Amino acid sequence: MAQLESSFKNMVLALAAISLFAAFTLASVYTLTKAPIEASKTAKQQNAIKEVLPETFDHLADPVTVDDGLETVIVHKAYDKNNQFVGSAVESSSHNGFSGKILIMVGFDKEGTIINYSVLEQKETPGLGTKMVEWFKTAGTKHDIRGKNPSTTNMTVSKDGGDIDAITASTISSRAFLFTVRNAYQAFIQNTDSASAENK
Amino acid sequence: MNKNSNLSVFLNGFFKENPTFVLILGMCPTLATTSSAFNGLGMGLATAFVLFGSNTVISLLKNLIPDNVRIPAYVVIIATFVTVVDMLMQAYVPALYSSLGIFIPLIVVNCIVLGRAEAFAAKNNVLKSSLDGLGMGLGFTMALTMLGSIRELLGTGKIFGMTIYSERYGMLVFVLAPGAFIALGYLIAVMNKLKKA
Repeated sequence: MAQLESSFKNMVLALAAISLFAAFTLASVYTLTKAPIEASKTAKQQNAIKEVLPETFDHLADPVTVDDGLETVIVHKAYDKNNQFVGSAVESSSHNGFSGKILIMVGFDKEGTIINYSVLEQKETPGLGTKMVEWFKTAGTKHDIRGKNPSTTNMTVSKDGGDIDAITASTISSRAFLFTVRNAYQAFIQNTDSASAENK
Repeated sequence: MNKNSNLSVFLNGFFKENPTFVLILGMCPTLATTSSAFNGLGMGLATAFVLFGSNTVISLLKNLIPDNVRIPAYVVIIATFVTVVDMLMQAYVPALYSSLGIFIPLIVVNCIVLGRAEAFAAKNNVLKSSLDGLGMGLGFTMALTMLGSIRELLGTGKIFGMTIYSERYGMLVFVLAPGAFIALGYLIAVMNKLKKA
């Protein structure tokens, strides 16, 4: 078959047909993958929440969103089997990293001591800033933030007079990370369960 | 071997016209995503799928597309395949998707894909075009995986996440952009040497 002539009608028809077909394909793939995409996002968040909360945790309250105009922080309050407040998993983000958004999940017990954290999203430099995933929970070092309480520990890098050692050669990423932790703590304090805090 | 046999069309993409080592096309994803062997493999396979699909479809439609609008038509076809890969990856391999991130949508503007559409699929039959797409795609995958393995090994002492030696002796430069250029340069040199031999 010879090639179609480049007349106006042929060109419009060819492009329209191809675009229509593309739109149809994309719509069907979108419908097909919508549920798995949602599921994998939720699974990631749920795993992170489980990882950072105390073992006694049984169920979560509805998440509370705190928006200070710059960053959005989401507090998931956790309760044990007897409905006692055990702590919160706080989702906190920062745009002050070396590149892109940093999104982490930090777990606090009811006194505000950091239990664990999990990095949900980051685009820092590979080999440098990306070390944040493990760096701040390396046992037995000055940069292990687990078991520290932001009300008694100065959660800034030692270069800025704080108590936490920054990642080697990644001060900016470390600052951004600790900023999200401090922000998470602020949101935690504002939304702590006062009733159970008095009971303790 | 006959120059136009199906086998030689397929093997073309691996050595004689390897997109990375010989044509030096698509350098942006090559350098940016090969910080680890797994990322390189994933990026390569995603591009291979797009190349295979777009080459096949374009070669099927080549007589129905008027010459003057062929580039926009090709771009729409390629973009469709890329978006399909993008959504499938996000749904079924979220870990890989989050580490490749922006580079998946950017396959649309990868010059290998449009280059093969123009240079090969628009002139050859469907079987040859799909073989060419597959060969080129797997050649690209091979190159990216090699580059990724070398950078991961020298930079962090691991290959595909398996520790070969302690990370303390890793040369950080190989994980960063300059190391990508250095490793790529040596790989191209070795490939040229092998081709001459």
